[in-house]
Amino acid sequence: MATTTAPSPTSSRGDRWAGPGMLLPFALFYLVFLVGPLIYTVVAGFFETSLLKSGLGDFAGLSNYSAVLGDAEFWRTLRNTLWFTVLTTVPLVLLSLALALLADRFVRGRWFFRFAFFAPFVLPSAVVSLLFMFIYADQLGLAQEVVTWFGVETPPSWLGDPDWAMISIAAATVWWTIGFNFVLYLAGLQDVPREVHEAAAIDGAGPWQRIRHVVVPMLGRTTTLVTVLQIIASLKVFDQIYMMTNGGPDGSTRPSLQLIYDTGFVEGRVGYASTVSLLLFLVILFVSLVWFALVRRAEKEN
Amino acid sequence: MTAIATRPETEQCGGTAPPAPRRDSERLFNRVALGSLIALALLWLVPLAWALATSVRPAQEVVTDPTGWFTAHPTLDAYGEIFDAGKLPYWYANSFITSTLTTVLTVVMASLAAFALSQTRFRLRRAAFVLLLAGIMIPGQVLMIPQFLALQSAGLLNTYWGVVLPQVPNVVAVFVFKQFFDGIPRELIDAARADGAGWLRIYWQIVMPISRPAVSAVTIFVFVGVWNNFLWPLLVVTDPEMMTLPVGLTSVQDVFGVPYAQLMASAVLGAIPLLAVFALFQRRIVEGIAGTGLK
Repeated sequence: MATTTAPSPTSSRGDRWAGPGMLLPFALFYLVFLVGPLIYTVVAGFFETSLLKSGLGDFAGLSNYSAVLGDAEFWRTLRNTLWFTVLTTVPLVLLSLALALLADRFVRGRWFFRFAFFAPFVLPSAVVSLLFMFIYADQLGLAQEVVTWFGVETPPSWLGDPDWAMISIAAATVWWTIGFNFVLYLAGLQDVPREVHEAAAIDGAGPWQRIRHVVVPMLGRTTTLVTVLQIIASLKVFDQIYMMTNGGPDGSTRPSLQLIYDTGFVEGRVGYASTVSLLLFLVILFVSLVWFALVRRAEKEN
Repeated sequence: MTAIATRPETEQCGGTAPPAPRRDSERLFNRVALGSLIALALLWLVPLAWALATSVRPAQEVVTDPTGWFTAHPTLDAYGEIFDAGKLPYWYANSFITSTLTTVLTVVMASLAAFALSQTRFRLRRAAFVLLLAGIMIPGQVLMIPQFLALQSAGLLNTYWGVVLPQVPNVVAVFVFKQFFDGIPRELIDAARADGAGWLRIYWQIVMPISRPAVSAVTIFVFVGVWNNFLWPLLVVTDPEMMTLPVGLTSVQDVFGVPYAQLMASAVLGAIPLLAVFALFQRRIVEGIAGTGLK
């Protein structure tokens, strides 16, 4: 990068290229590892690409798409993914909001709450999975013991029963990741001016009414952000399911990403796996675009 | 927990807590709020505490009474067995090396890119920014197959670079830096330009030194993200001596079957470095998260 000695910010030669030049290193990585692979994924979906043969393989037209869309397993893994998304997003948004609203009332001691709720978030998924496989273990886990205390005669096999496995994994996920949303909400609450509270209190509104009618509506932007980030994160679930149940029992917890992993890396059917990848990407893109539309509408109203 | 108190009325800090309780309903609400918060916080700490408690119990005791909390004979045997069985020192080193490499590359490249987008002016600057932002929507896991094929043909499987390179272009990092740089007063930059300073010098000598909050936020979330990444290193690394900690820990699980004291010991070992990072940089981590896309 040539430095210029021009006294004013006119665009001399060195200047015009400074910006693009500084952007270049990151842009190269971005093109090689994000844009390139995205294009490859789109293209490979139209070919019979396989891990076992080099190159793209034979042109397949839309046959991968018809194979995927006609595959009951694709729809089942998508259903599992959506079920997991519902099971995690609802508590992770509502409970983190409730916790932040309560914690916001106390100044001293806030570090303790922040530590308790946020500490699990920094753990690797492998550690979380090990921990909860032990907690959910049949006959000797903490979870079965706790429900037995409460008088349940025959506690379910948390990870071995198809009706319970996804719920158990979702509960572990809530424990693991709630701290992130909790912190986002605490930050949002910093922006609610004190005067708002005082004015409402003078008007005779009780604490519960103030929270419901004044504070929560003011957190609208944060809630939208938290919800969308959560939905996107939940749609990409893989690690803890792979480690805790490996998609079982009977495939009842197998998510879309595991279908991609199994068909692409285990069976080597790259064309098929690329098609599933692209469809999952479109679902995530759709969620993101809905969020953008909501944010833009909100900004226009203000 | 006597340290917890409601905010006194006279305190003039930038928080948002309501004024001190004036009526009984206020007082009651605060009591219930505090009670439920403490109860939930303790509940949240139970799994971690239980892992720690189990890991120091003798293996025989865990077999006879799996849900016991306390032992009369605490022992570190489980930890010793993990060290003997696995390649734990390798995994720690590998995780540390890959996380550090990725973090350094990401911080340098993302801050340079963000500086160009924020402070310099060139054609297509806006378009470049929009294109980068679009990258936030691409889930990395969906691109694993082509990334894997590319690294395979480059002969980078089972290497540090294989783990590191695809994790470098972190769009969120650019975004956090740009947010911060946009807040730097124009006068500062203009004055330096008038003095004839080149853009690189402004970036290195003026902007970076005052951007420490952004640098530490990005450093922490990239480092922790790479340290905790599971799926990518699982694909790229098959050699036990090249595994990162999360992948190594799950490989131990298959070896042991179910000696829970050892499993919990490995969970504790996997958790400790991160909990230490978190305890040290709690404020920075929280600021980093809070500053992402909210303001």
